[in-house]
Amino acid sequence: MENTIEVDIKVPNKTRYLSLIGKIGEDIARELERYSGDKEVLAYHLNLVLTEAMVNAIKHAGPKEPEKLVRIVITLHRDDLTIRVYDDGQGFDINAIPAPNFEELEDRGRGIFLIRTLMDSVAYRKNCKENMLEMKKKLS
Amino acid sequence: MNLASETRNDVVIIYVKEERLDAHNSTELKSAVQKLFEDGKKNVLVDLKDVRFIDSSGLGALVSGFKNAISHQGNLKLSSLQSQVKSMFELTRLHRVFEIFPSTVEAVENFQS
Repeated sequence: MENTIEVDIKVPNKTRYLSLIGKIGEDIARELERYSGDKEVLAYHLNLVLTEAMVNAIKHAGPKEPEKLVRIVITLHRDDLTIRVYDDGQGFDINAIPAPNFEELEDRGRGIFLIRTLMDSVAYRKNCKENMLEMKKKLS
Repeated sequence: MNLASETRNDVVIIYVKEERLDAHNSTELKSAVQKLFEDGKKNVLVDLKDVRFIDSSGLGALVSGFKNAISHQGNLKLSSLQSQVKSMFELTRLHRVFEIFPSTVEAVENFQS
């Protein structure tokens, strides 16, 4: 498992932990020895997609119970970064979410757009037990 | 959320004294701005000098403030954006919506002109 890092985190589904999760993404970006792009820009982008995905999981989680957890798994293997965020709520159809209408000023609706813009592939899968938002990025 | 404010030449400046403006704290900013317009203030400047990170909720709170300004015949402008925060406005095309100034001084002058 050379060059593989896997971070498996469970945090309460509360927005106060967004900063903690985002910072883990930033630290991973700064650790990438072979990454040739701007690490600070990548650090922001990973912070952002983790933040957006966790907010999404909190929003779509089941009934608000204090003991509910959000699970986030970040896997770095060679030049491939995969972030998986799990929730056990109703789920949603990610393909049915439209891009923001830039001519209309909406308060909401930019989260999935930002994730899609900053990552190479985004999928949302649902099975009987839980849902998973999977985001991948090539770092080479 | 840590917000500071001052009034300069009839412009209320709100300083967001947070490193992050995200889904955890953006509702407080939204409410603070809303209250200013409801109280009859016309010119509001949000200074983001200390904000290193903004997410879609933070952007949404500012958009809400902007719409609030319009509905109260007021103005909401922004100042002192860090480069990565500014890039989020560009990514979401919101830099076309907001008037953004490098400093509070320049923004306050613009309100007067």
